[in-house]
Amino acid sequence: MDAPVTEIIDTRTPNEKNFIEGATGPWEVIIGMEIHAQVLSKAKLFSGASAEFGGEPNTHVSLVDAAMPGMLPVINEFCVEQAVRTGLGLNAKINLYSVFDRKNYFYPDLPQGYQISQYKQPIVGEGTVYIEVDGETIPVGIERLHLEQDAGKSIHDQHPDYSYVDLNRAGVALMEIVTKPDMRSAEEAKAFVSKLRTILRYLGTCDGNMEQGSLRADINVSVRRPGGPFGTRCEIKNVNSIRFIGQAIEYEAQRQIDILESGGTVEQETRLFDPKKGETRSMRSKEEAHDYRYFPDPDLLPLKLDAEWVEQIRATLPELPDAKKARFIEQYGLTPYDASVLVADKAAADFFEEVAKGRDGKAAANWVINELFGRLRKDGLSIEQSPVSADQLGKIIDLVKKGDISGRTAKELFDIVWTEGGDPEKIVEERGMKQVTDLSAIEKVVDEVIAANPDKVEQAKKKPNVAGWFVGQVMKATQGKANPKAVNDLVRKKLGIS
Amino acid sequence: MSVDTETVRRIARLARIRISDEELKPLARELSAILQWVEQLNEVDTENVPPMTSVEEDMPMKKRKDIVTDGDCVEDILANAPAREGNFFVVPKVVE
Repeated sequence: MDAPVTEIIDTRTPNEKNFIEGATGPWEVIIGMEIHAQVLSKAKLFSGASAEFGGEPNTHVSLVDAAMPGMLPVINEFCVEQAVRTGLGLNAKINLYSVFDRKNYFYPDLPQGYQISQYKQPIVGEGTVYIEVDGETIPVGIERLHLEQDAGKSIHDQHPDYSYVDLNRAGVALMEIVTKPDMRSAEEAKAFVSKLRTILRYLGTCDGNMEQGSLRADINVSVRRPGGPFGTRCEIKNVNSIRFIGQAIEYEAQRQIDILESGGTVEQETRLFDPKKGETRSMRSKEEAHDYRYFPDPDLLPLKLDAEWVEQIRATLPELPDAKKARFIEQYGLTPYDASVLVADKAAADFFEEVAKGRDGKAAANWVINELFGRLRKDGLSIEQSPVSADQLGKIIDLVKKGDISGRTAKELFDIVWTEGGDPEKIVEERGMKQVTDLSAIEKVVDEVIAANPDKVEQAKKKPNVAGWFVGQVMKATQGKANPKAVNDLVRKKLGIS
Repeated sequence: MSVDTETVRRIARLARIRISDEELKPLARELSAILQWVEQLNEVDTENVPPMTSVEEDMPMKKRKDIVTDGDCVEDILANAPAREGNFFVVPKVVE
């Protein structure tokens, strides 16, 4: 934890559901996080070099990033705007006056010998993110958000005695988002990172790509007796997937419980998560902890924002996940669960709205969530890559609604559109998939089936549910194209079952 | 406040400055003298005076547009590197 220490306030009531049962009784895990989110921008925070991921080594580097003598940092105003936009999206206080500091340490991928960061006066103050776990809405406090430079990249596995350094990332703008210690389970921590990533993507301030390192988490974990005083925490550095976040927390909580239950004490230290072994291991202890000797960067003036400019940014904020979810429930009559599934990805939410336009929202949601998402997942595609467009899916739903095709045929049709493409209406016409709604045609088949099975007719008089057998026979005879409801009505009428 | 030789050793290490054992004592004495002088300044009442971090506080900070205007100068970047491999800097192995 690099941020200035503030008083810790326990905002949560201990919940048995989250307790970890130890040999000596239940324990509660306390989790706070620092998320590093790379700002989506073209150029770096203090130089005109490209912030794009990748590139040949040391090509996205200016003399400023390489810390050549005499070079001066000049701030990228769009990065400031992105930080403000993110702060607003986190319901947070925007500080109109903030200061850049130097955080001093030596490492080969940090040419300046210090990282330009913000310490006592960050650009964004306290805010709140709401997460949902098991249907419960939990507020997670945001302590602060500040802007800082990323470091370069050291590569250790290319040579036995040397490390290679690539400064392409050095100077790229990062937002460090610090939470309050408000999470009480690995599930909650995972839900928080997912939610934060969704918000950042909605805002367009970070691409949230964890594999490329655009979003990475430092996790503070401690354990205590439920409701008791906070324990000593350990910080797990740079965890880069949501699954690993869960694994790291579960492993670390258990490790600390084992130490405490065997009479030991937890040492405050920085730890690393090893995804291969699924465990955390010590990186450095408190004694070896860095002394960063922060001080205001004399190369940079304080950052002053105009309140009106902040309001202009606020006015351009998109509809955020929580508001969208509430609207989906209200406008389309969706269940809270379906609504949250849809809003988790903005592109998916947009797709759903296109399908739902002028149609039954619930039917649209069912199709998008069950059929479309299921198929996308199976084929490893994103919503943007969906072979079935919103228009095509909408037409399939219309065909069901009109009674032209049954629900079962609709799934076949979806499959055809998925693999072959084409206009759903035409496919139904051309391939004779339309269900028979002509009552006289169905009646003829019903009569035939009844005439051919006098014994079953007798049975049905005693046991009305034998009617189902007749319905099945009629459906079979019509190759599933008869309207099941019409068949059912006719069969019951003919058999004299009401 | 005075500085002992251990503190001098630690500060030197943080700043990556190599100093010999003979230098520790004189440096501790000099640093202590500097700190004592700074402590004198503490006698001035600065309650309710915000820290001044710049002499040009009223000047707006100069800003740049989000346009890529720089980079693609590998040879300049690596010109002073003691060792290189392809486009990489090569440094003694550092694994934390």
